[in-house]
Amino acid sequence: MIQVVLPRNLQTLAGTGRTVELDVSGQATQRSVLDALEARYPALLGTIRDPGTKRRRPMLRFFACEEDLSDQPIDAPLPSEVASGKEPYLILGAIAGGLEI
Amino acid sequence: MSKVRVLVGTRKGAFILDSDGTRKSWDVQGPLFPGWEIYHLKGSPVDPDRLYASQSSGWFGQVMQRSSDAGKTWETVGNQFLYEGEVGPHKWYDGSPHPYEFKRVWHLEPSLHDADSVYAGAEDAALFQSKDGGTSWAELPGIRTHKTAAEWAPGAGGLCLHTIIIDPTNHDRIFIAISSAGAFRTDDAGKTWRAINHGLRSNHIPDPDAEVGHCVHRLAMHPSKPETLYMQKHWDVMRTDDGGENWREVSGNLPTDFGFVIDVNSNDPETVYVLPITSDSLHYVPDGKLSVYRSKTGGDDWEALTKGLPQEDCYVNVLRDAMAVDGLDPCGVYFGTSGGQVYASADDGDSWNAVVRDLPGVLSVEVQTLK
Repeated sequence: MIQVVLPRNLQTLAGTGRTVELDVSGQATQRSVLDALEARYPALLGTIRDPGTKRRRPMLRFFACEEDLSDQPIDAPLPSEVASGKEPYLILGAIAGGLEI
Repeated sequence: MSKVRVLVGTRKGAFILDSDGTRKSWDVQGPLFPGWEIYHLKGSPVDPDRLYASQSSGWFGQVMQRSSDAGKTWETVGNQFLYEGEVGPHKWYDGSPHPYEFKRVWHLEPSLHDADSVYAGAEDAALFQSKDGGTSWAELPGIRTHKTAAEWAPGAGGLCLHTIIIDPTNHDRIFIAISSAGAFRTDDAGKTWRAINHGLRSNHIPDPDAEVGHCVHRLAMHPSKPETLYMQKHWDVMRTDDGGENWREVSGNLPTDFGFVIDVNSNDPETVYVLPITSDSLHYVPDGKLSVYRSKTGGDDWEALTKGLPQEDCYVNVLRDAMAVDGLDPCGVYFGTSGGQVYASADDGDSWNAVVRDLPGVLSVEVQTLK
């Protein structure tokens, strides 16, 4: 099972805890993990990826194994530690100082 | 006895304030959707248990929420707001062409005859409609493709379609306002639109009485008099008595005619409320005093309403969607501030009380009158 860590606002929206476990069929890639996440929690549709283009929303980042995967090819295999569930796939909001929030 | 339900959208969640018809004591529910900006939430006039909420975030984009039990439970519904057809440009702040792109929903206007039908006013300026309770949304592209749309430029708050008013006597007639393009009217349920800005004068645009380019902050109508509308423009309070064909200024003796909100007493179409803000560079009330101004003559003659409102060291703003009236007699008037206070008057505005004082900054206030 792949572990995905969600930021607080998406936990609230999905009605889940900080970490969700996903059974991803086939090779684990960022696309397959995000597809599985959105299928399991439809409330998250459009909040991580643009609903039309499916591109990462600009103020979000994807980390795993101490690496920033945000701009890596979305169909590239995830690290084996993530695929095996040993390490989580982290979705987090970028630090955004200066915005009126 | 009648009840009122006040729906408050804030920068960090939504709140629902309930009271009976006396409007003296309040139950406060919230925060709903904690941490999220709630630009607007509004109930259906057909089914008051049906509420819609626009939930958004700079990080996570647009989410739409629907409740069928008066806000006790909510479900996420559709958040795909796709512009129809080829998307042209509008003017960017520097005057260069910039493609229209969806950012958020500013205002929700439920249909007057169908609880599952609701309009959404979006930034960048566009009008969407759902006929299935928010599950799916389709653009009514006539306004975004208006012949003047390439000339529209955003105001400081963005190129937002923030006001939607349906004529209760003719549901095909809808008034909208866009900052900073102006006011528009359709007479064919959104297929075609015409700019209705004759009589407006704005010194911040090259041609002060141009057809478009006016920063309209808010429109208001009394349902018994749909040909008459009131407008709080960037500067100037305006009035039309012919459905927007011609406007005249009714700022009269206001201390400043800059502001955002405007509303009409539910029992008298000639009693109007505004809340003057110092200026477009000083977005707070004048002289540290929070005052609602009321005209009982449809404008021009205004009186300050201050009883119960802070009259020293107050420097809040009140945003365009943050005033509403209930349907009781005397009329209840409500507004929320950037400082997180929601004030209520149960006597036409003569006196005020803070229902809550320490919410996040208030973005919108709506009221439902429940029989």
